[in-house]
Order: sequence, then C-alpha cells, then structure tokens
Amino acid sequence: MDRVVMPTQNPAERIHNFKEVALGFTPSLALEEASRCLGCKNPPCMAGCPVGVKIPTFISQVKAGDMDGAYRTITIDNNLPAICGRVCPQEHQCENLCVRKVKLGGSVAIGALERYVADWALDNGVMPEKRDSNRFKVAVVGSGPAGLTCASDLAKAGVNVTIFEALHEVGGVLVYGIPEFRLPKELVKKEIAKLASLGVKIETNVVVGKTIFVHELLDEFDAVFIGTGAGLPMFLGVKGENLSGVYSANEYLTRVNLMKAYEESSSTPILKGKSVVVVGAGNVAMDASRTARRLGAEVTLVYRRSRAEMPAREEEILHAEEEGIKFNLLTNPVEILGEGGKVSGMRLVKMALGEPDASGRRRPVVVEGSEHEIKCDQVIVALGTSPNPIIKNSFKDLAFSPKGTILADEDGKTNVDRLYAGGDAITGAATLILAMGAGKKSASSILNQLQSAEK
Amino acid sequence: MEKFQILSKTDLCPRVKEYVVYAPMVARHAKAGQFVILRTDENGERVPFTICDYSRENCTVSIMVQEVGATTMRLASMKVGECLKDFVGPLGNPTDLSQFDSILLVGGGIGSAVIYPQAKQLKAENKNFEIILGARNKDLFFYLDEFKSLAPTHIVTDDGSIGTKGLVTDKINELIGEGKRFDVIFAVGPLPMMKFVAKLATNLGIKSIVSMNSLMVDGTGMCGCCRVTVDGKVKYACIDGPEFDGSLVDYDEAITRSSTYREIEQTHVCNIRG
Repeated sequence: MDRVVMPTQNPAERIHNFKEVALGFTPSLALEEASRCLGCKNPPCMAGCPVGVKIPTFISQVKAGDMDGAYRTITIDNNLPAICGRVCPQEHQCENLCVRKVKLGGSVAIGALERYVADWALDNGVMPEKRDSNRFKVAVVGSGPAGLTCASDLAKAGVNVTIFEALHEVGGVLVYGIPEFRLPKELVKKEIAKLASLGVKIETNVVVGKTIFVHELLDEFDAVFIGTGAGLPMFLGVKGENLSGVYSANEYLTRVNLMKAYEESSSTPILKGKSVVVVGAGNVAMDASRTARRLGAEVTLVYRRSRAEMPAREEEILHAEEEGIKFNLLTNPVEILGEGGKVSGMRLVKMALGEPDASGRRRPVVVEGSEHEIKCDQVIVALGTSPNPIIKNSFKDLAFSPKGTILADEDGKTNVDRLYAGGDAITGAATLILAMGAGKKSASSILNQLQSAEK
Repeated sequence: MEKFQILSKTDLCPRVKEYVVYAPMVARHAKAGQFVILRTDENGERVPFTICDYSRENCTVSIMVQEVGATTMRLASMKVGECLKDFVGPLGNPTDLSQFDSILLVGGGIGSAVIYPQAKQLKAENKNFEIILGARNKDLFFYLDEFKSLAPTHIVTDDGSIGTKGLVTDKINELIGEGKRFDVIFAVGPLPMMKFVAKLATNLGIKSIVSMNSLMVDGTGMCGCCRVTVDGKVKYACIDGPEFDGSLVDYDEAITRSSTYREIEQTHVCNIRG
C-alpha cells in the first residue's frame, strides 16, 4: 500500500497566482492514508517530533472518524497544527523514523494528516479550552512560532499573557516570511484568533528594546519570554551587493508577504525582475524563487554545493522544480555586475566538492579557471541571518554567546531571574517546530517557577 | 484620545506639514535623532520619519513631512482627529553630541526638521553652537524664529531670495574664514548636500556627522533594505544609525539606492493626483 499523494495545484496554473499550492487531503484520501499507520506499540515517529505529538493516537482517531478527539490529541502538544502540518520538515523528523519508510510503500504522511485534522478544526470553529485565569502576568516578546506557542500554553494554564510584537501584524515569520501559496495568511489569522479567545492580549507596534525595555517588562510582569527570532540577513560580501535590485530574501519576502506588494491595492513597491537569480538553497531560497516566479520572472537558483546538500524541505525543492525554477548547482557568485547603479548580471565560479567540513558536508572548492558571467536584472540573497542586536544593546544584564545569540538552558532559562528565551534568538536560524518546542519548554518552566514561588 | 490620533496638523511651508500624533508608548522613550515608522492605512507602506519633537506629559510625538510621494500625500489628506494605522518607535539610536563643545548644525530643505530637536537639546545643555539652514528659495524655510532664538542662524538660498545666495558649503567656508572653530559639523539634508558638507569638513579637518534617510521596511534590522556602506562595511541605518561619520559614508551608492523605486513611485503619485 503506497503513501497517498496530496493533490496540488497544477504548476502551469499556480505560477500565475498566490493561492495555496498543496490542496490538502479529501476525507477519503485522509482515511486511506490513516489506515496505513501500523499503530506501533513503541512508535518511533514520536521520537522525531520536537514537541512529542502522540502521532499513532491521533491517526487512529482519524481512522475511527473521531476528528474532535484527533484534534484534542494533537493540541495537547502542538498549538499550531495547521501551520506545522504545512511547513514542518516532516521528512527529517517524524516521517523519517516511520517503519513504513523504506520497504512498506513509504512513510505515513503524518504532516498531511496533521494538517487535515487541524483544517477540520478551524473550519468547524473548534476552540481551545481555557482554565480560569490566575493572578500571574507574563510578557511574551515576539509573536512568531516560539512566542505564540509559549503564549498559548501559558494562557491555557490560566496565566494573563501579553504579547509584544514589533511589526504591525502578528505572526512573525509566519506572516512576513512564509509565502501565501505555502501558508495562507487567513489560516495564521485563525490560529491567532484562538489565542485571543484564550484571553491573550496582543500589542503590535512595540519594539522591545526601543519602545519599552526588558527591565521595564520584568518590573511589570511576573516573567518574560523572549522569542524575537533570527535577525539580520546575511549577505555574500561580494562587489555589487548594494546595487539597486539586490534584495535580501527577508526584504523581498516581507515586501510581498507582509506588505502584500503583489496586490494592486498595496502601496509598497517591489521591483519585478524579468531574470532573477536567487542565492542559497534553504526553504527561504525556495520561497523567494517561487515568489519571483509568480511575479513573472525567469528564476535561476545558485547554490555552491550539490542537490544532495540542499537544506530545503524535499517538497519545496520539488515544487520549485515543477514551477520551472532552474537550479544552477555547484556554482558560487563572486560579483554582482551593474549598469547605472542597477543589477545587470552576475559573475560566477564553478565549485567542486572536497573533503567534509565541520558540518559533515563536503566542502565546496573553487574550480580553477571556471569564472563565467550570466545576465540578470535582480538578485535575491537567501543565506540565513545573524542575531538582532536590539535587545543585546538595550539590556546589558543578559548573557549572550560570542555569536550574539541569547544564552538559555534547555528549559529556556537565561542568566536573569524570571527571564526566559527560546527559538531562533537562541539557536540562530532554525525551524519553526524547534522554535515551537522551545516556546513550550519555556512555558512549562515559567509555570513551574511561578507556582513554586507561590507556595 | 485614541492611539495614533493626529492631534494637530500645521502648514510649515508649501508641501511641508508638521503633525502632532498621540503615541504614549513612543513618547515615553523618544530622544532627538530617533525616528518612527508609520502606515497611514491598511494598504499603506511603512515609511520612516525623524522625530522632530515630543512631549512625555502630553504623550505626543511630532513629525515634519514633505509631500514627495504616495504615502506623504495620503498623510497630507488626513484630517485632524483621524488615526494613523500604525506608528512605531522610537527607532534607531539617539544623537550623542555630548563629547563636542562647539557644534555647527547644517540643515538642508526638510533636513532642517531633523536639526530642530538637536538645536533645542543643545540649547538646553547650554552648548556653544551655530546653525546654517539652506533651501532653494525663501518659501521653503520653517521655524526660522525658533531657530534664531536658539542660536546664531545663517540662511542660505540657491536664488538669494532670503539670506545669502549660494550653498551651505559656501557659508561653512565663510564662517571658518571669519575664524570660527567647530569640533563637529552635524549635517542633515539631501544626500548630495551631505556628501559635499562631509567632504568640506574632512578638508577642513573637522569631524562630520550625517543622518541617513534610507528606504526602510521593518526598521528593526530584519530586512536590510536600509543598508549603507560606511568605511567599506555594510551598516544598517535602522539599527546602526541613522547617524554615521560623514567622512566614511558611500554617498554615491546611497543616492542610487534611494532611487530604486522612483519609477514605481511616480506612477503611484500620478494615480493620486489624477
């Protein structure tokens, strides 16, 4: 019995719209896929989930037609299943450990089933249960995956939570980073509405470290959680990088996703290149490439290693290929060329894979005499981020790593009493589900600290 | 009063208005040299404006805005009592002129709006300073009496319709020629003006500080839109600036980057003007 494939929008059609690409399971497809789960006694899949969702239990509930039960099971451990079901790298996590993976028709589509259950709950207006509120007050800084998860867990336990968000919209990377065609913003709004139903207060337009300081929050709240995310985009450091027409992926995606530059009614401008080069091969690079494609460009992705080392989710890579994104692998930019201050091309070198480096991946080395030029009118750099210094510069008591990330232990505790942190602000750029896991752990240690202080 | 409500709107000179906005959270920690980012409405873009004044007691922040593009024109069409959609700040780093004893403030065009809170602060600190204000003609000045009440103020125009005919750099040379000495020149205005003031300052052996009015989106270091090359290194105007050592800024690159959306912006403006 082979893994059920989720229907998708036809590539030729979808490159002209921003609607969701993966369409989700129908009830019959969901049932078919759910019945592939062997219901292992010691389920290996659960060990692969950073938040420990009880996977075989919820799948058996889907099989039995108990959708409400399936949703309750998932949301014990995961506050944002509609989002995780869509954007978690399941093939490296739960699905990687499924016993069906190699010889039994492929891993169970756990992510797709999670999404199916979560979408059912959103469509049917299922709301989380809340306990009576207690006297505790906690501030959550940042409304991305870490902050939302932490806030949700605390609110479910009855804590009075206030979220402070720097941007004008709530959701962090879910709204500025991940495109509409991969994660519809309506859905993010619905997930956030659930938080509001738990009594969480949300303050947008507040930059902690500028508008209000961490020490002020510590004065006003019983505990503070910092989940401010990854931070500053990294650039190549090559000549021509500040030409007009060179974007960081963060800027490009923020203009399109958060500011809706793809819609006629938006006042936010975006340059629509005809021939766009995207540098990098992570999920963000795929998002940027596919966005540029939808804005009418021919897109070439340039990556210095080979296909096997591309860090993006397999599904994103496949979808990008289907949409006609050209992969220029084992190639590295050495200069961005310009004419009259605008991008006109790129000078590249060919790379070959040498000995493994510290990351265990084979180190790319320049092939002598391989320099060549290509024409392009726009460049999007998707090489990751470095930590944002705003909190560091405004709160000297907090300990940071030499790299600039906040130092916190397994439970999210920092060196400052009652101050917790989690997500990309601690780990550097990582995945949504790891950030959610960190938000969860912090929520539970905050509850422990608050309750033991009360005794 | 409601959050981000426009409490007053004053014409300062043709196409330049001062807006006083009710923004308690922003007013609490605002300092001279910092900026806000605002959106007029749900479809609005995020645009940065320097904080020109603030009142912690009244919970207000003032900005001076020149109508040059779609957002600034939409802002001009808003009425007193209406609310801005978003107003976030104070962003960027405050100005720190504490190490200098004798200061020359130079404001060009709307840049004078950035000079004004500096002048007020220097006056309050009892510092020794003078002001040069430059513009194309006599109609483009505002707050002249206020400036004059704070420090010796020299006016320069392109057409000589008020003050001396010439450029702000001519006036700097003149003051230095008269034997005046300054530890620092703080210049805010159009990029070419800042470029030439900084160049002159370097030639005169005087330190210069300029305030970069780069394009921005988030204003918190996330997008990199506002990057400027300073001393060969990439800096972000929003979190490293907006002020930089004038002698180290790559102005030509900044000029090109500032015109990235000029064509698109002009279409927007045409649509608004009809």
